[in-house]
Order: sequence, then C-alpha cells, then structure tokens
Amino acid sequence: MTETAGIWHLILGNLGYDALPTYSPVAATGASVVLLGALTLAVLITWLGKWKYLWSGWLTSVDHKRIGIMYVIVSLVMLSRGVIEGVMMRTQQAVAIQSPGYLSPDHFGQLFSTHGTIMIFFMAMPFLTGLINYAMPLQIGARDVRFPLLNAISLWLTAAGAALVMVSLVLGKFSTGGWSGYPPYTEMSYQPGVGPDYWIWALTLSSIGTTLTGLNFAVTIYKERAPGMTFFRMPLFTWTALCASILMVFAMPPLTVATLLLALDRYLDMHFFTNALGGNMMNFANLFWLFGHPEVYILILPAFGVFSSVFATFSSKRLYGYTSLVYATMCIAVLSFTVWLHHFFTMGQSPTINAAFGAATMLIGIPTGVKIYDWMLTMYRGRVRFTVPLLFSLSFILLFVIGGLTGIILATPPADFMVHNTVFLVAHFHNVLIPGLLFGMIAGYQYWFPKAFGFRLNEKWGRIAVALWTSGFILAFMPLYILGMEGMPRRTQEILQLQFTPYLLVAGAGALLLLGGLISLFVQLWISVRERHENPAPLGDPWGGRSLEWATPSPPPEYNFFTLPTVQDRDAFMWMKEHDLAYQAAPHYQDILMPRNSATPLVIGVAGFFCAFGLVWHIWWMAGAGFVLAWAAVIARSFVRNTTRRIPAREVQQAHRDWLHDIAGSRPIPRDEELTTRNLGLAEITP
Amino acid sequence: MTANALEHPGINLGSTDSLTHAEAESPVFGFWVFLMSDAVIFALLFAIYGTTMHAVAGGPTSHDVLDLKSSFLETIVLLTSSFTFGMASLAMKYDDGNRRLLVGWLAVTLALGLGFLALELHDFYSMASMGAVPQRSGFLSAFFALVSTHGLHVTAGSLWILVMMTQVGVFGLQPAVKTRIMRLGLFWHFLDIVWVGIFSVVYLQGIL
Repeated sequence: MTETAGIWHLILGNLGYDALPTYSPVAATGASVVLLGALTLAVLITWLGKWKYLWSGWLTSVDHKRIGIMYVIVSLVMLSRGVIEGVMMRTQQAVAIQSPGYLSPDHFGQLFSTHGTIMIFFMAMPFLTGLINYAMPLQIGARDVRFPLLNAISLWLTAAGAALVMVSLVLGKFSTGGWSGYPPYTEMSYQPGVGPDYWIWALTLSSIGTTLTGLNFAVTIYKERAPGMTFFRMPLFTWTALCASILMVFAMPPLTVATLLLALDRYLDMHFFTNALGGNMMNFANLFWLFGHPEVYILILPAFGVFSSVFATFSSKRLYGYTSLVYATMCIAVLSFTVWLHHFFTMGQSPTINAAFGAATMLIGIPTGVKIYDWMLTMYRGRVRFTVPLLFSLSFILLFVIGGLTGIILATPPADFMVHNTVFLVAHFHNVLIPGLLFGMIAGYQYWFPKAFGFRLNEKWGRIAVALWTSGFILAFMPLYILGMEGMPRRTQEILQLQFTPYLLVAGAGALLLLGGLISLFVQLWISVRERHENPAPLGDPWGGRSLEWATPSPPPEYNFFTLPTVQDRDAFMWMKEHDLAYQAAPHYQDILMPRNSATPLVIGVAGFFCAFGLVWHIWWMAGAGFVLAWAAVIARSFVRNTTRRIPAREVQQAHRDWLHDIAGSRPIPRDEELTTRNLGLAEITP
Repeated sequence: MTANALEHPGINLGSTDSLTHAEAESPVFGFWVFLMSDAVIFALLFAIYGTTMHAVAGGPTSHDVLDLKSSFLETIVLLTSSFTFGMASLAMKYDDGNRRLLVGWLAVTLALGLGFLALELHDFYSMASMGAVPQRSGFLSAFFALVSTHGLHVTAGSLWILVMMTQVGVFGLQPAVKTRIMRLGLFWHFLDIVWVGIFSVVYLQGIL
C-alpha cells in the first residue's frame, strides 16, 4: 500500500468507488431512485421555503402527536420500498422458471434480507409506535407521554436505522443472510463485505430506540392516566399498547445482545457464533428468537387494539367482552415468552422439548380465538357502518383466521418438519402479518387521520385500497401454501419445477395487485389533501367516538385537553356525551406547562447514524466522533435548565371558548350522514 | 396524592423534601424499568457464559487464567463503593444544604469505582500476557463480553458521578439534581449486584 492510499484509508475506511452499485442495472436504478427522491425532497422544501417550519415545527418537536405522525411517515416510506422489493421477488419467481430471470442470486439474497428487515423493523415497528404515540396519551387523558424528550430520541434513533438501510442501497451491498441474519453464514468467513454490518447496526439503532419507547409508554400508562381512569376503564387500544410496551422492555435486549455479539465476532474476531474455537450458533438462534417471538406480539397486539376501537365505534356499541379481551391480551403477552423455540423445531432438540413448545404455541390460539368472537359479537345487532377502517377489519377477521389455523399446523413439530423452510412458512407469516398487523395499522391510520389533520380521508379510494389489498393478498399468498406443501423451498432465486408455474404466475399477479393497493393509499392521501375543504371535521368527533381522543378538537391543541377530563366510565367520552358533559366550559382554567422544543434528539439521531455508518465502513474516526457526540449531547442537555414553556390560562380558555362556540353553531350529525360533507365532527347521540 | 402513596423502592425523600419526592416518582419508576431491561442484558450474557464456559477449544481454562485474590479485592472495592454511595444518599437526604458532605462521599465513590476499573484492567492485561485473549476461544469471548460489559457500566457510572458532582456545584440541590442522584444511586447499587453475580458465577465457580 502506498502512503497516500494509507491516508485515504484512514479517512474513508473501506469506502471506495467500488461501493457504488454498478454490479447490476436494477440495483443502480434503485440507488438512483433513492438519491433522486432525497434530492427532490430537499429541492422542494427549499423552493417552498419550508426549512424553518420543518425545523421548529417538526424536527425539534417533542410533542407526542407530531412524533407519532413522523413515525408513520417513516413507516409509509419504508413500506413503499418493502412492497416494491416484494413485487420484485414475486416477479422474479414468476419468470425465473428454468431460466435465470432478471435478478442475480446475490441480488435476490439482498432483496429478501432487506424486505424482511424493512418490513419488521422499519415499517411495522414505526407504524405501531406512531399510532400508539398519537392515540394513547389522548386516550388516557394525558397532556403528553411521561418523557417527551426521550420519545423524540427514540424516533430519531429509529429514523437513523432506517436511513442506514436506505444508504445501503446506494453504497455497498446489504446482507444476504435474511432478516434473521443467522451466523455462521453472516460471519466474516462467509460474508466479508459490509452487508451484515449494515444489518447489525441498523437493527442495533432501532432496537435501542424501541426499548426506550417501550419504557416511555409503560411509565406513561402507569403514571399519567387522568383522574378516574382506572386500569379497567382504559380503552383496549391502551391495554394493547401497555402489553406491547412491556414486551418491548423485555424482548428488545435479546436482539441488542445478539447483534452486538455478532458484531464482536465480525469486528474483533471473537467466537460466539463461529464454527471453530468453541463458538455456538445455537446461542444466536435462541437469543434472536427470544426477541423474535415476543416481537410477533409487539406487532400484532396494537393492531388488535385498533380493531377493538374500530369494531366498537363503527357498530355504535360498547366493546363486547372487554374484560375477556384484556385478559386475553395479557395471556398472549405472557405466553409469547414461552414459545420461541418453535422457530427452530428442526435444529436438534429432543422431541419432548419440541412437544412442550408446540403445546405452548397452540395455547396462544385460545386467547386469540376469544378475541375473534368478541369482535364478531361487538358487531352483532350493532349499528354497523361499512367504512374503510371497518372493511379492513372485516377483511382481517376472515383472513387472519386462516393464518391462525396454518399456525396451528406449524406448531405441530412433525408437520413442521415436513414444511419447514418452504414457502408454506412464508405464506403463514404473511397471512398473519398482512391481514393482522398491516390491515390493523392501515385501519388505524384511516380511523385517526381526521383526528390528526382535521379532515377525513377519501372514502372511494379507501374502498379501492381495501379491495386491492385483500384480493392481492389472497392471490399472492394462498398459492404459496400449495407450493409449500409441494415442497418449494423459500428464498429460491430460480425454480426448476415446471409444474409450479401456474401458482407462481398467480402469486405474481397478486403481488401486482398489492402494489396497486399501496398506490391507491397514496392516491387517496393526495386526493384527500387536495379536497380537504370538502371533508372537514374540525370539531373532533366524526365517527361518534367512545374514547377520550375524540373529546378534543381536530387537530388537538399541543396540550391535548383544555382541562383534564375526569373519567366515569369505560367509554369515557360516550359517557360524557350521554350526560351532556362533553362540551362544557370549565369554571376555571390553569396555566399549562409544556416541554420546549429541543434539537438534542435530532443531534443524537444524526450522531448515531454517523457512528453506525463509520462502523459499517471501518471509518474509525467517524464512528468514534459519532459515539462521543451522542453522549456529549446527552450530558450537555442535562445542564439545560429552561426546558418548559408556560401556556397561560387565558389562552387556553379562549381556545376552548372558540371551539365550544363552533360546536354550538353546528348540527349534530346522525350516523347515516357520517360520510357526507355535512359531517363536521359533531356526532348525534343516539340511545 | 399524599406522600405515602408515592413510595418507591430505594431511598425516598418524602420526610425531608416532599416537593422533590413528588417529582421523583415517575423518573425513578422509569429508571427501575430501565434497570429491568438492563438486567435482561446481563442475564443473557450470563446465559451465554454458562453455555460456553467449557468451550475452551484447547486454550486456557478458567483455572489457568482467573485470579481469585485480585477478583476478591475488586469485590471488596466495589462493595465499599456501594456503601459510600449510600452515605452520599443519606447526606443528600438529611444534611440538606451541606453540599460538601455529599460531594465528598461522591468523590470517594468515584475513586473506588476508578480503583475497581484499574484492578480489572490489570487483570485483563495479565490474562492477555498469558495468551488468554477474547479471540482465543468461545469461553474467553463470553468471559470478556460479560465482565467488560459490567466494566463499561462502571465506566459510564463514574462519568455520571463526575457530571453529578459538577451539577451539585453549579445548580445546588435542585429537585432535578436530587432525582438524578437518586437514579445514579440505583444504577450504582445495581452494578454491585451484577458484580456479586459475576464474582460467584465466573470467579468462584471457575476457580474453586
């Protein structure tokens, strides 16, 4: 090595021109789209002169509502990339029958790794964290989460992880080790490139962010409930948020340990999971799934909470079997820690151990079944309106049951041996995660959108989205059950069996419909924003809501409630409406202390990103500087005294008076007119 | 709510400073939750150590490289530092306004913490000179991961003590400063408990 090369290596580590994605036109196109997208966004913001607004209104905000919205934005961006990757893989398998197709094996391996990593960590997790962030503090009658600054730090750590995955599209290659990154294949001896390092550090950033989020939500729910909000008066969504948060606190550390020990193997040549010198990859499998199985319930429980809200609201009925739903949620949360081994039945345990874990897995079907019946009985003799959130929820019930049943098949170890590592498994987990998690998240997004922005989403395009997502899902994944039974292995880049062709073509067509579903969501958003003056709902209660988030104007003020509500009933807001207490001026108002904006969380996120990027490319000065900067920001922040802002009582009173004035001048809307332009967000009370 | 309704495990300020006591409630509870999460990390590192402690791959075993005398000395130093932190907490609770006593006990704790780190680094150095480096075997990888994670925590705790000594000087005993010292105390005692586990599982089990 010459002297100049040595200096460059010191500055840029392993980063060089060969990191650019010149290995395939497809990858180069992907990289260009990311770069162009980022560039267009930056130009657009500059052209609109919105940098200052973005900085003071959003990037430095610690308001749980804005943080929630930013989480959902991150999630939708990552969802787009994840869906496109899914469509690319389905297309590849549809055309690569006894031919190489258009994706090289290496590129195909990157795609299934990024697709899984993105969908779990950077689509699903930010989506549910965003919805909980938005709705939960409102539902318990709080002014914010308990630790607003920490909340923003979690957001920016997660965003830094997502950014790292996006950068991997432009510089270098991602891991080909799948979303679970099993060693020894992800060790230095098999993948010496930067791929697994991208995976390791993106996950580490996001898992630290998620642990802190779980802590924050749990403390908020334990300590910040409004007077009268006992545990058994909490909306079910809040219950699921609590259970998911507890799971986050306990289940994210195993992931952090797994990724960091793998990093020690890769960076310092240690032997935790290597083949030689006493390493043991089974430790990784156990660590990963100790996280991975509770993670499944972190994903699904908040979606169950959304469905509970949606079924009750759009049936104009109290949620059926509330207590059983709470207990079912808690049972699922506890059981989720007892089943991780079913992810590797075939990896050499004794039949007795497999049987125990198989039985534990089947047990989870019981509380889940209880929930399905409770939701159906909530609709029974209710006043059901087939709005977009309800349609997504109905689609969920029908399809999720199938996914649950195939789960019971997989929980039987002998059956699992037959179909393990086939596309049967792929069909199963997409069957629970798309209709379960994703439909729940989309339903929640449609349901709370008017609360967050003060206008409703377009109904027609919402229905188109329901139709495309549902039919696309059925076509794309039902054939995979059959293919799996026929023995088609998952993650196959080229297919040799001609008889698979019809199924793969149907699955490919289904994937295109799913892409259509994604596009129709964006069309819906675009049209709704353009026509926002035709669907306004500023008064705050467009759906005849039952819980406290609907007791505020839309969008709610920064401090959420003009005066903190006193809760008398499980359906707190419905009770207030029925007793004519929902829209009353308070006898007196108080000054409200709210946290000030802070740039610290953003600094920590950016520093975390550069620390991780430096580690990926062995740019040691950058990694060190990022690490030191992140901690320096924490310490510096602890010396800041003036962290709160006082909102005078007078201002609160005026805002409340204005809102009540608008309410008094509006006509309460019966449920038949819910979807018309007359619905300004004041609901008629029907006994 | 009354002061009694707000009790939490650890030192409570209810009887001497009810304002800070009320403010401490949620942050201290949140910090207990954090410690639970941190405890999971240590539990897993213990489990990894347990499954690989015999995977020496023909290299040095725990009998060859671990030093009972030195680790016992480390235990004494760290346990003493927990005692001195307890004295700092009591000074904060009862000798309000006497910052010097509080800062003094914090300084003693810091010195003991740094002493512990010095002893531990010396251990690592002598192990390395015997060829017992983390790259040698699964056992040594697990040993260094577990013990250094604890060591890194002590390092972070020492830095935190330094920051809090500064804050006591700059801001005095404001509620925010007091609740931070309460949380630092929990952190420091937690590290002690983890060390007791390390001393028993790694050193006693490995040598005796």
